[in-house]
Order: sequence, then C-alpha cells, then structure tokens
Amino acid sequence: MLSVCGVSSIEELFDSLPPEVRLSRPLKLDPGKSEYEIVDYFRERAAENANGYASFLGAGVYSHYRPVLVDTVVSRGEFLTSYTPYQAEISQGTLTAIFEFQTMVCQLTGMEVANASMYDGSTAVPEAAMMAARITGKDRILAARSVHPEYREVLHTYAKHQGLPVVEFAYDAESGEVDSSALEAGLDENTAAVIVQTPNFFGVLENVDRLAGIAHRRGALLVVVFTEAVSLGLLKPPGAADIVAGELQSFAISPGYGGPYAGVIATKEQYMRQLPGRLVGETLDSHGNRAYCLTLSTREQHIRREKATSNICTNQALIALMATVFMTVYGKRGLRELAEQNLAKAHYLASGLNTRFSGRFFNEFVVKTNGRSPEEINQRLLDHRILGGLPLGRFYPELNDTLLLCATEMSRRESMDRVKEVLI
Amino acid sequence: MRPKTRQHLSQNEPLLFERSSPGKKAYQLPQLDVPAVDAVKALGEEHVRDEIEGFPEVSEVEAIRHFTRLSTWNYAIDHGMYPLGSCTMKYNPRINEIVARLDGLAWAHPYQPEALSQGAMSIIAALEAALTEITGMDAVTLQPAAGAHGELTGILMIRALLESRGNPRRKLLIPDSAHGTNPATASMAGYQVENLKSNGRGMVDVDALAAAVNEDVAALMITNPNTLGVFEQNITRISEILHAKGALVYMDGANMNALVGITRPGDFGMDVMHLNLHKTFSTPHGGGGPGSGPVAVKKELEPFFPGPRLKRSVDAWIWNYDLPQSIGRVRAFYGNFGVLARALAYIMAHGSDGLRRATMDAVLNAIYIRKNLDRYYDLPLDAPSMHEVVFSDEKQARRGVRTGDLAKRLIDYGFHPYTVSFPLIVKGALMIEPTETEGKIELDAFIDAMISIAHEVEEDPEMVLKAPYSTRTSRVDEVSAARKPVLRWRPQPPAGKAAD
Repeated sequence: MLSVCGVSSIEELFDSLPPEVRLSRPLKLDPGKSEYEIVDYFRERAAENANGYASFLGAGVYSHYRPVLVDTVVSRGEFLTSYTPYQAEISQGTLTAIFEFQTMVCQLTGMEVANASMYDGSTAVPEAAMMAARITGKDRILAARSVHPEYREVLHTYAKHQGLPVVEFAYDAESGEVDSSALEAGLDENTAAVIVQTPNFFGVLENVDRLAGIAHRRGALLVVVFTEAVSLGLLKPPGAADIVAGELQSFAISPGYGGPYAGVIATKEQYMRQLPGRLVGETLDSHGNRAYCLTLSTREQHIRREKATSNICTNQALIALMATVFMTVYGKRGLRELAEQNLAKAHYLASGLNTRFSGRFFNEFVVKTNGRSPEEINQRLLDHRILGGLPLGRFYPELNDTLLLCATEMSRRESMDRVKEVLI
Repeated sequence: MRPKTRQHLSQNEPLLFERSSPGKKAYQLPQLDVPAVDAVKALGEEHVRDEIEGFPEVSEVEAIRHFTRLSTWNYAIDHGMYPLGSCTMKYNPRINEIVARLDGLAWAHPYQPEALSQGAMSIIAALEAALTEITGMDAVTLQPAAGAHGELTGILMIRALLESRGNPRRKLLIPDSAHGTNPATASMAGYQVENLKSNGRGMVDVDALAAAVNEDVAALMITNPNTLGVFEQNITRISEILHAKGALVYMDGANMNALVGITRPGDFGMDVMHLNLHKTFSTPHGGGGPGSGPVAVKKELEPFFPGPRLKRSVDAWIWNYDLPQSIGRVRAFYGNFGVLARALAYIMAHGSDGLRRATMDAVLNAIYIRKNLDRYYDLPLDAPSMHEVVFSDEKQARRGVRTGDLAKRLIDYGFHPYTVSFPLIVKGALMIEPTETEGKIELDAFIDAMISIAHEVEEDPEMVLKAPYSTRTSRVDEVSAARKPVLRWRPQPPAGKAAD
C-alpha cells in the first residue's frame, strides 16, 4: 500500500502538515487496555453508583420496565451500525421503522404529523417555540412555570439570541394547574406560543382544551409538552394543541444518567413544512413497490444552510427505535394496562400522605414533608435503600418543604409502605 | 476476484398496523399488588382517552420477526465498508455496548444523590480529561447532544465572550466548503453569515480572509482538514488574522479522525471546537443517532460553558451550578451519558499509541484509494489530502452519468455509496472516507468496484442510470415523496401495488 501511495512510511503521508503544528510527543493517555480491563473499569464505576435501590424519582426521567425485545432488536448490527438513511434502496429497514414511529407518535398525541425524533424533550421545546414564531410571525413566548425547570432553562438559552422574549407565568398555588388568569394577563398580540406541560412538572394534569381556547383567542399557538409518555396510554391526547413537544424516555429508554433519550415534535398537517429535523415519507420504487425515503429536506440545513428551520442534522434513530419496539410490545391494550398500573401505584402511594396540590395526577405528585426537611426524609429513606423524591426547593423556593414523588409499575408495595411510614 | 455479493431471499413484511390483529399481545404485566384505581374517577372523565386508534396488536414472535425482517433491508458497517465522506463510519466495538448497559450506569437517575453517582461522574471527568489532551484545548463540556448542537453551544459561547468585552459583533465568516450545519448554526445564534470563497486548491484564501475580517466579525467557522480532506496549510496564519482583529476561530471537528495524535487544534490557534463522538470515537450511528457533540475551548471561554460543571471537592465529584457567566443550559441533565461511556471505552482500548495508529491508517487508506482511482475519476483539486478524498463526476457526466447514479451502481457491488454531491464547491462530488477500519482486502474490492463502474459508464451508461438492480427496493421516487407528502400510515389501502 505504501508504494502505491508513493511513500516509504506512513509518517510521510503527513508531510503536508506544517511542521509547527505537528505534535512532537505522544498523547498523555494510558496505553491501550484489553477488553477485560475495560469491563473491569466500568464495573467498578457502576458499583460506585446507586445499585439495587428502590426509586421514587421521576421529574422527567422515569424507571419503567424495559422489555427484553427492545435490546434484542436495537443490538442488531443492521440497525446499530448503519448511517442516516440517505440511500433509500439499502435503508428500508430504518426508514420503515421511522415511518412506523412517526405514525405511532401521531396516534398517541392526536397530532397529524410527527418528525423522526429530536435530541430529547428539553431541546424539542425551543424548537417548538421557534416553529411557532415562524408560523405566527410573532415573537413572544409564554411558558408555564410548571414546565420542567431544565426544559425552561434550555428554552431561555435558545430563545435569547433568536430575539424571542420568554415570559414565564404562574401555576395555581392550590391546584398546581396553570393559573389561567395569569395566562390571560400575560397574553398579548405579539405572543407566538403558550407552552404548557401535561402532566406538568408537579404531576398535575392540565386542561388542554381550555388552555388552547385561551391561547387561540389571542392568536397564539399552544405548545403542549410531555415528559411521561406512559401517561398517554390513559390520558386524552392533547389534540387541541398546535404543536406537541415531548420526551419518550419512558418507552424503554434507560435513565442512563440523563441520556441519550429521544424527543418528539408533532403538529397539524398545515404546519408540516415548518417542522425541524428529519421526516420520512412514503413513495414508490421504480417497480411500483411501496418504499420510504427521507423527504421535505428543503427545510433542512444541508440544503437551506442559514435559512433552514433548524441546524439539527441527525435525529435519535436508534433510541426512537427502542421506543418503537416498546410501543409494539405493549400495543393498544398493553399501554393502557401499563398506564393503569402506574395510576394505581401512585394513588396507593399518595393515599394518606399530605399532598401539596389538589389537581388530578397520574403517576407523580408533590407531597409536603410536615415540618421536616425533604433532605432529612430522603436520608432516612436511603437507610432503607430507597431513593426518595426530588426536593422541589431547588427549582421552586416556595416549595422548599416538598418532595416530588413518582411511582411506576416497578414500585413495590413494601417500598411504598416504607415511604409512607417515613413521611407520615 | 470473487464478487462481494450474491442474491439471497429477503422476507416481505407489512407495516405493524397492517400486521396487527385484535387481542394479540406481546407483553406480560405483573399482578397488581395494590388496589386497582378507576381511571375515570381518579382522573376525571374529561382526561381519560378512548383506545389508541390504529395502535398495533401483535404477538411476541410477530414483533421480533417484524423488526428482524426490517433489519435485513438495511446495509450496515457490520456488512462491509461504508465510505461516506465526512461521516467517519468506522467499526463500532461491541465492548462499548456492554459497558454502557451495566446496571449501575444504565439505571442511574440524573437526580439521584451525587454521593450515589460518583461512578458516572468519574466517567464524565475521565472523558473530559482525555478529550482535553487530544484536542490540546483547556476544557471540555460534554453536554451537547450532537455535532450541530455542539456548534450552537460553541458559537453562543463566543457570543457571550465578545458580549462580555462590550460587543457581540454581527457576522460569522464561513468558507463555501463548510457543512450546512455551520451557517444554520450561525443563524440560530443570531449571527449573519458571510461566505468565504475557497482558493483554487480548495483552501481558505488568506488574502480574501484578511480583507473580510473587520470589527464586525465575531469568528471564522473553519473545518480542518476541510471537507475536501485537505489540511489548511495556513491555519496558524488564519488564526492570527482573526485574533489580530479581536475575532475568534471556531473549528468544526467533524474531520478530527485525520488529526488525533498527530496534531492538536489547541496548538494551532483554534479557540473553540466541537467533536463528534459518533464519528471520531466510534459510537454507533444507529441509523441516524444518538450522537454527542462535546465542545472544547481555550481558557478565556471556560466561564461561559453551559452548566452544570463537574468539580472536584475534597474527596468527591460535585456538580457546580454557580456559573454566573454561563450561556445557560443547552440540554437537560448532563449530556448523552451513554454515548460518553462508549467513547471513553474506545479511547481506553486504543490508548495513546492506538489512537495515533488509527489516524495514520485512516489517512493511508484514503490516499491508497485516491492513488488507485485517480486515473478513472476526475480529481478536481490536486492538494494533498488526508483521511478522505473528493473526486468529481466530470468524466462520467460526459456520458450522462452523475455522481448519484454512480453511487447507486456501487450498491450492486455490495458497498454503501460514498457521500454524494458534497462539498458543494465541487461539481458532482464523490466524497470517499474509508476510515482505519478497512483492511487491504476490502479496500481492493472497493477500488475494483469503482473501476468496473467507470468501465460500465463507458460501455453502457443506460444500464448504470437504472441501478441498483440487486436490492429488494429499486430506485426510489423521492420527487413524488416530497410533492405529496405521506408521513404516516392511515387505515386505507396504500396507493401503490401492495407488494410487501
């Protein structure tokens, strides 16, 4: 090979690099390690994390059972080691699965079109806000304080340099729902989008139809965010929304210390051309067989460059595939049964506890710690190998005597009884 | 040589929704150990949905066959060479999948106590340190979820730094050879784009650059080696020109696979850069994600990192949220941790020598392809290239065959096509990046295929125009897909012949 290349050593191939930029020493990294040593290192690190704890943490990341089919499918090299499906003729597997994903996201959310996935829920929210601004030609964004605090932080980061002022509005201190008078007061003729989450960060359900009415009367779009996708097995889909932006982590995606996850963005057909990211569409091949391909790419950065709807390039194909397999395994009846189990567990956990809000909840709720500090409660639970709830004071100073607790189908009755014992 | 491919059966499979029949199930839930709750009572009638219309109902074996059949319709690195230029499709070691799935890592909740997250935090710290050393920069954030996300993070940091000096400035300079994400990122960060024309050798024209840089310019976004695979000869001079006017240099690290262990962006004047862990550091592309786009910066930019930042207290790792100058979060939590663990495993397996060796092999492979094919395909720019080579379809276009057609014919030879029609500065580009993964046997088979196609174009261009012939799906009508978009299944007979 060297002689074909006209050199006598590989080093000569780098002769075109100016000498002053060449690294004259080896990188200061350890020598290469064997497979065994690498597994050993990661096992040691894994052992330093929580292991074997019962968990009541939710707050945007949920511990649901992962059916074994999920990893069986995504471990197939044909899915794992393929690229973005630009070459449709040899990518029909990925393309078909994404088309099924887009369809199921629509069926779940009550929207008409969905894209091939976003990085995660938190980045889907600013993309939805930017989309609303393009559609309405307005710039102001109203976001409920009961939207996930970290999602709102990401929204602020993105919006700042887009010239989109973001104003937050209050939740009702009693019910935990959006304060609709605060929303009405906050709306003006320049408002592009109202962003709410349901179930919201406190686990409380919002009345999407009513909020859509309020937003639409002032010419704003309603963006509905979700973080707990399992709730959609039981809850009425947010069909009155204009854009739905959510997170599918609940669908067999490991909590994984925060990622990778898969975000979704879905909307009405009329706004299809304002969607960011990849879209898969149905077509025919030259023999008249049904086939799929990436489509409407004139929205995207590789064609439109600075005029694109977003700079997003990739989606989260493999993670979206996990969610697709999950939705397939549970299916129409299973997803509902799963949601019913979550509902039953969380309501069992909440019974007898001093809940902070009166609004309806699915599998997550806020509980008062009755004069003790949330950290103290959590410390006592850790002694029982239980990860307690999220102390909300970190994000909401006015709620510094509360914990956000979540129960799923994986929560056992005896752990829940222990939590109640410590809390009461 | 024995051909790389031979036909075999490929199973038909309908969509899940067509496969579905009422009452079938693939799940098993445990017995409920608490009283059941009436959904209507608990949630209110207005909140409870009807059944999810159209959602599939299949058995477990139907589910696994469905996805297995679909999988066989894909090409993958595990099948063979995947020479997509700029995409760095290298082998994905399976050990990386194992370590990312260890229970203590996969089930770690981002809000579990820091004292019970020390393992995950150590992994993040170790990767930050390794990438700092590899890039020659001063600090790294692992929060961005992908390359384009890293670009946005890096440019927002540049804006924040310049703002802190009194003026964020208005423009970014971007060479015409850049990836589309660069100008799209500039817009998202509130900057205007000024395109820089490349010189006759595909490099930044230093005089044109010097003329373009003024007090309005915030930064230059440069890819090095550039999208032609050519190392910018004047990179040090380029950074001096920007710095002299108080502007910065952002490096798109998409092509870092040509540099690791040989040279470091931090040592040639780059101020901010992103890496693509799914390219250079072998984490699987998964059909288009997940990725990870760490951003590495020089010291003066460190205060502007998105938060939280990892910090060492006396005897433990903690997350520091007290970052008054931060640009703010770009993503919830701490980044695509599962991807980070895989990248660290790759770096550990290679070590210092192995990483350098991988770079050298990647460059050797690309030049070997270039030298073998330059008689058959037009090489529009003769500058020495590194890890990828860009040809043009000029010779074949005379016979009416374009780069996209050649790519489709390559499929019949058992290869994934190269990158088609990019970079835009080369008319009819064929952009080929073999990576270090390929050995001489696979490279020679690829070269033979490309030469054979060049002959076919001379002998029978019509035949090439209708390729591929050996795939279960023939050439796909992308024009109709865009003209009448069908983006979801609906319960009605499909428009075409129901062949699957």
